[in-house]
Amino acid sequence: MPTIIYIDHAGTERPIEVKTGLTVMEGAIKHNVPGIDADCGGACACATCHVYVDPDWTDKVGSASAMEESMLDFAEGVEPNSRLSCQIKVTDDLDGLRVTTPESQH
Amino acid sequence: MSVTEGEGIVIVGAGHAGGSCAAFLRQYGFTGPITLIGEEPVAPYQRPPLSKAWLKGEADAASLALRPESFYAENQIALRLNARVERIDRAGKAIVLGGGQTLPYDRLILATGRRARRIPLPGIDLEGVLELRTAADADRLKAALSSPGKRLAVIGGGYIGLEAAASARALGAEAVVIEKETRVLARVARETLSTFFQAYHRAKGVVFELGAGVAAIEGERGQAVGVRLSDGRLIDADAVLVGVGAVANDELAKDAGLETDNGVVVDLLCRTADPAIYAIGDCTRRPLPHYDRIGHLESVPNALEQAKQVASAFTLRPPPAHEVPWFWSDQYDLKLQIAGLPHDATEIVVRGDPAPTLGGARFAVFHLTADHKVQAVEAINAPPEFMAGKQLIQSRKPVAPDKLADLSISMKEVAA
Repeated sequence: MPTIIYIDHAGTERPIEVKTGLTVMEGAIKHNVPGIDADCGGACACATCHVYVDPDWTDKVGSASAMEESMLDFAEGVEPNSRLSCQIKVTDDLDGLRVTTPESQH
Repeated sequence: MSVTEGEGIVIVGAGHAGGSCAAFLRQYGFTGPITLIGEEPVAPYQRPPLSKAWLKGEADAASLALRPESFYAENQIALRLNARVERIDRAGKAIVLGGGQTLPYDRLILATGRRARRIPLPGIDLEGVLELRTAADADRLKAALSSPGKRLAVIGGGYIGLEAAASARALGAEAVVIEKETRVLARVARETLSTFFQAYHRAKGVVFELGAGVAAIEGERGQAVGVRLSDGRLIDADAVLVGVGAVANDELAKDAGLETDNGVVVDLLCRTADPAIYAIGDCTRRPLPHYDRIGHLESVPNALEQAKQVASAFTLRPPPAHEVPWFWSDQYDLKLQIAGLPHDATEIVVRGDPAPTLGGARFAVFHLTADHKVQAVEAINAPPEFMAGKQLIQSRKPVAPDKLADLSISMKEVAA
């Protein structure tokens, strides 16, 4: 199973094994990783699962869809490496992916 | 590892609010005993997909679950399923379970949710008359629509009814929506949105009976075969889904002498009049800080916000901010996002074209007060309008209606 490394705002790293096919958001929620709220459960409707993708991984993770872009546009503290983690599907290629959660999702 | 029960926090109701509250308590560092009691046979799961992805067979039990089964034991949360709480003994600070067993608590959190409203209708107890609230309900509905060509009659043109009709069409079933008002979503949305949804669903093959009373559900050999309208016509159906709203499960609180009013009355911090008893989620009647009134919010964001309020209070963390209420619905390729409540709105501004073009529909309806503050926004496939609208509801900043309606001005500019 690929390991996703969730890093919180304070720098604490939490490596979590996430089943392929789940999203990076689901991996966090199901293991009670703090920092990702995902109020809408993954419907790309709320922008409360915002993460910063480690710059070494942005190419592998790919870019956001137009719908995701327009949600991100209104989230707090958006950077070029911002993504909604409900839109990143975990694959074997993403083993070792590092994502950092923002200070607040609201 | 053994899990201690009782004499800590007892949560009654293992839905989205109760399950999340237990998880937040652990996430925030609460180390005392937590007992989570649920009537259903399954661990906490997400209800919104039941009428959508789950019904269409696009989600499995693992993805529906809020947390994996193993989570509860790993986090020392005593999970009691298939358990019904009969009453609260406030003087003794204990709850009494169905079998007569008592369980003491230091603090009690009621997260009992709502149940589908039942209407006294001849034939309501026939086989094939369904409601949609639980995973078991959804499984029954899915089974009833399992082979193509089945006919679903839906009584009630609210979100549940429309989402189920959309899913039924996706499964190859026929769908008739029967609504006593002259438009769908009459209770929750304005005319622009109702007109749009009716036209969109019609184009997808859904049939509407609007302004139609229901006289009875007809049956043969105990099985529902159709819905008899007040005008005498019979709508043939293999299954009848009744989706006419929900009532609060507030009896436990009421019987214990706590204030209820179609919901357990709580303050902004989810407290009841009993300092040891809190209530969260759909079952509450709560202040709506942006609207200077009290009401109830049937939504996942509200369940999560109140779960965090209580978990923060118990772990001495600063309380989370009070959020603008919001809701969403997926039907076909339509993403509906609603922020706010249209209370005290006197003006409607439509941004975009609400004509129901298949593929490419995109517009938003803003509800403004007389002094041009946004009270609510209903957005179809229009995330910027939703997000900016939500921020404007929070900021109370007035906006010029002509700017809001002007598609050449971006929502970022309008909200700036």
